[in-house]
Amino acid sequence: MSKNDRPTDIGINRTGIALSPVDGPRMTEGAKAMPPSSDGSARDAAVLRFRYAVEAGEIGHMPPPLSLRGVAEAAVQLLKGHKGNVLLDKLGERLAFERSGVRLYDGLILKLEASGSWEGGPTLEDLVSFRADEARHFEWMVEAMTALGADATAMTPSADLTAVESLGVLQVISDPRTGLAQALHAQQIAELADVAGWDLLSTLAGSLGHGELAAQCRLALTQENLHAASVARWLRAHVETAAHGELARAS
Amino acid sequence: MSLDISNERGTPLDQQKFTWKDIAGEPYSKLDDDAFTRVRQILMHGVEQEACRFKHFAARFNPDLRLPLARVRRVDHLQATMVNWLMPGDQSPLETTIGYEQVAIEVTAHVAAVEPDPYMAQVYRFGLLEDFDHLYRYAALMDRLCGKDANNILQSYTDVMPGRPTSVEHRAPEDDLRRHYEKTQAAPLTKIHAALITGSEWQTRDYYLTVGPTFADPVARLLYAEIAAIEEQHVTQYEALSDPRETWLEKWLVQEATEVYAYWSCYCQEQNPRIKQIWERFLSYELGHLRLVRELMQEVEKRDPAELLPAEFPEPLSFSSHREFVRQTLTEEVLLRARGFDIVPPDLESPASVAYREQLNASGSPSELVAAGYRWKPGTELTDRRVREAEFVSLVQEEAAQ
Repeated sequence: MSKNDRPTDIGINRTGIALSPVDGPRMTEGAKAMPPSSDGSARDAAVLRFRYAVEAGEIGHMPPPLSLRGVAEAAVQLLKGHKGNVLLDKLGERLAFERSGVRLYDGLILKLEASGSWEGGPTLEDLVSFRADEARHFEWMVEAMTALGADATAMTPSADLTAVESLGVLQVISDPRTGLAQALHAQQIAELADVAGWDLLSTLAGSLGHGELAAQCRLALTQENLHAASVARWLRAHVETAAHGELARAS
Repeated sequence: MSLDISNERGTPLDQQKFTWKDIAGEPYSKLDDDAFTRVRQILMHGVEQEACRFKHFAARFNPDLRLPLARVRRVDHLQATMVNWLMPGDQSPLETTIGYEQVAIEVTAHVAAVEPDPYMAQVYRFGLLEDFDHLYRYAALMDRLCGKDANNILQSYTDVMPGRPTSVEHRAPEDDLRRHYEKTQAAPLTKIHAALITGSEWQTRDYYLTVGPTFADPVARLLYAEIAAIEEQHVTQYEALSDPRETWLEKWLVQEATEVYAYWSCYCQEQNPRIKQIWERFLSYELGHLRLVRELMQEVEKRDPAELLPAEFPEPLSFSSHREFVRQTLTEEVLLRARGFDIVPPDLESPASVAYREQLNASGSPSELVAAGYRWKPGTELTDRRVREAEFVSLVQEEAAQ
């Protein structure tokens, strides 16, 4: 069944109050007439949240270091102290993000094959190429963590949080009811975050003396900048085409 | 409109088949479908969950019934899954929660309005005002935590305003028990209502216990914990309404009649033709289950099941706004409390319940906190300039000053 061809309620979105000319005003008047059951404001809950924030423990910690046998002496020196954990946490974050990024592109490729693209939109080759970039970046991070004596299969705290941050992106892309443009709009969040992530990591690696790693991160950053710019361009082309009523498919 | 349940034979059990594509079919639209499509979906999942739960307990006590129970329960389970999988992926747990409370309000209001037994009707009105308050608290959470309007889900059918405050709903267990109907005297509809609302409340309890800890926000976690406790009390209250002297087969018969009645009601009122077909198909399945239990009753208890069932259902359960009924109940009965089996004026409230809730609320009430000074407005309270532009005061400085 086409997305625009529902037999029950073509084009009717029922969420707004204006769709209920009788019930809507009665509901509003009723709520206005009935006082709250207790005084105060949203600040009451903010005070409680503040106390929890002050008292709460951590989400989790970094895993203990593996044996450093076989790890280059220079790397051992660079990882000493707390700074090593900060770097490994961020490496773990990029690793997880890029690995999930491969799966997000799997979803986007499927969308394109299912509903097609539009003039100025992505081609299959574009998406396949970007997927390969994500896979390569993931591989780089596995190698980097292994070279530093870390367990590349561990979920670091930043890796965990970045997956929580991305939950909505995956939910939109994996929903069969969304079109390619809607999915790319979600992907834009991931690409913008990815650009910021690589920028941060390359700066951090450089400041900690990991010159080669920093250079590799800058290369990834260049590629992610291309991804973000491409997604923005595709979406611009989509809205312009749609606004002129020339869009045939892939809403 | 009526349904003749003695002559409708339904789909034979061995022809009740599913595929995974059936089971995990296309969901309804959160944006486009009528709110009562969601209400029906949530209600029927609760009814099927109760059907499975009942049959599991029955199997533990009735070795001779285990095979028929297992056969029917397998279909119930797949029906429950298929109905629950109508829920769309863009509907958040909190949005679904708003839907659950809309079910609790509108379905309980209907039941309270048509229940023939006045004591039972009062019990439903009593519970109704509590679920009504839950909706207000969750709407406040949705507004103040997520910046979203609960009315996107409610579609203006159900009011968002305080009911009996959740903070005073906490009662000692002895004050949640109620008198049961007499199985030989109660109207079939009275029995069906008790099974229907018990199942609905039980799934609400389970849902809040499942999704509550998936929230990161401490206020949400507190609120779900608090309201799940009331839903547990509601299960205690509503399951007490059924006569414990009914035989297992009598209870099974009521359960199947409840499912028939509920699917028939859904079928009569559904606007989405694809989902209407599901209700029609499952109505036919349930008529098949009912026929099987009737035959079992004749075979095992040597009784005519017709003496326990209505010949026909006169009116379907009304899936519609009960705003006036709820408001009138609110005006007249919001102050009522419970003492033992009875619903009483506030001055007669059970001291045991007062002591129980004072202890539970000793470190503060999540439901009061989340809705402090809250009034629902279309488009959220941030449409009010005074709220939107409230002066910023640092909590750190405020704490330091204190």
